[in-house]
Amino acid sequence: MNMPVLKTETAVSFPTTPAKVLAIAPRKTPVATRALARAKAVAVNVVPPVVVLAIGLLVWELLCRKAGATLPPPSKVLNDTWELIVDPFFDRGGLDKGLFWHMSASLQRVALGYALASIVGVLLGTLVGQSTWAMRGLDPIFQVLRTVPPLAWLPLSLAAFRNGQPSAIFVIFITAIWPVIINTAVGIRNIPQDYRNVAKVLRLNQLEFFYKIMVPAAAPYIFTGLRIGIGLSWLAIVAAEMLIGGVGIGFFIWDAWNSSHISEIILALIYVGLVGFILDRIVAAAATIVTRGTAAN
Amino acid sequence: MPTFPYLKLDHIDKSFTRGTTETEVLKDITLGIEKGEYVSIIGHSGCGKSTLLNLVAGLLPVSAGCVLLENKEVNEPGPDRAVVFQNHSLLPWLTVYANVKIAVDKVFGGTKSRQERHDWIMHNLDLVQMAHAKDKRPAEISGGMKQRVGLARALAMEPKVLLLDEPFGALDALTRAHLQDSVMAIHQKLGNTVLMITHDVDEAVLLSDRIVMMTNGPAARIGEILDVPLQRPRKRLALAGDAIYLKCRQRVLEFLYERHHFVEAA
Repeated sequence: MNMPVLKTETAVSFPTTPAKVLAIAPRKTPVATRALARAKAVAVNVVPPVVVLAIGLLVWELLCRKAGATLPPPSKVLNDTWELIVDPFFDRGGLDKGLFWHMSASLQRVALGYALASIVGVLLGTLVGQSTWAMRGLDPIFQVLRTVPPLAWLPLSLAAFRNGQPSAIFVIFITAIWPVIINTAVGIRNIPQDYRNVAKVLRLNQLEFFYKIMVPAAAPYIFTGLRIGIGLSWLAIVAAEMLIGGVGIGFFIWDAWNSSHISEIILALIYVGLVGFILDRIVAAAATIVTRGTAAN
Repeated sequence: MPTFPYLKLDHIDKSFTRGTTETEVLKDITLGIEKGEYVSIIGHSGCGKSTLLNLVAGLLPVSAGCVLLENKEVNEPGPDRAVVFQNHSLLPWLTVYANVKIAVDKVFGGTKSRQERHDWIMHNLDLVQMAHAKDKRPAEISGGMKQRVGLARALAMEPKVLLLDEPFGALDALTRAHLQDSVMAIHQKLGNTVLMITHDVDEAVLLSDRIVMMTNGPAARIGEILDVPLQRPRKRLALAGDAIYLKCRQRVLEFLYERHHFVEAA
């Protein structure tokens, strides 16, 4: 007789207290395991490049520490450029500025040239993609012009603009525009007939068709072009600035070479690489946000 | 008093020219459809039934003859002849709501206020039972749901004629039956004039007031027109053993498989 009574009592009292424990316990473990899993995933991506980098630096150090080495070892690079690294914002007038100012001058040129190339490129690409006659007329010319190396345009643009700044911007523009045009045109040509039929049934006018159907439908292609374009612009800016002078990372490298500051060149190269990488990531991120849902059908 | 059908296809020919070869697809198609009527066009694949629908929609030009809607010639696409496409044709970058909105804004932008247009969009999504998924993108919903949204988009244009291009062709049998019931209910409620392309005999008999049977191409013609004298609303299960239903079904099957059986391999 006693046993059942006891049992019911415990059964009644149990659910209230352990329920709380149970509710917290399963929440805790996934957080911990998830954090651990995430740390593992990060480590998988971070550890290998760090190891490779360390080995590379070590080899470089050993190779360049010998007397008579033409290039400085990493320890000397760090030592020589420490001032530039810790204070990128100094400005002693003229061209004697911190790396931040050189970088920002280069980025401004790229931003302007690239923005122009994006707008004009998408419009021209749309024309070529949409009209058979425009394609027949323009495509062969584009195919020839796009193979002209960016710097070959510089003397011509200097002759036209008679000023370094617009010439550099033009070189960026003409470098970045071709992949944008070509990819946009392919994207427009690949718009499914169904979308065109929908637009026809709705009687969308040319402008509505352009921004409601064409641009979103071709967005994945357009962004492929934009991403190639930003890479090419950043490639071209350094070379262009070496030639036109003035504030800018390209000229900084050329100036360092003229003053035999090899360590400064190496530091600048690292910065150029990192900024180029970040630019590429920014355009890629913009593409993921804008083209969300476009690819899947 | 001269009487004319609501939608009239008047001696339509259609041929495609490719280089120097001309292929005649449709020959001398004449058909009148009354307001509120549900007409199906059935035929073997390749007989030109989709071409015929595109001609009515205005997406293709006729080679001879004309399409008359309320006794006026129509020769370009417009929202008065809304199309539900076989593969839904929703814009994948827009939500379900925005896909209907693009049509409503275009058709009623000048006549309805913003609030009225919103209500109209929701009304049409409700009609196809898709209001719950209004913020989803097409990739996130099933094939049947996409087709429902496509139907809502077409209905929202308040078309004079609703053109259905094998709207259930790409769906599994259960979803298809469910959607057919929805279309019947909507047709019953709104009294739309519908022209539907199909290759499914049961679907044609179940949904239509008249079935237009096409001969095989090239130069396909209307072989026979069958009246389906079944009372509405129609119930799928009750009709399964109905004598009239079975007789109609038999007639269509005889036409398709005896007199005009498909000769070439599809």
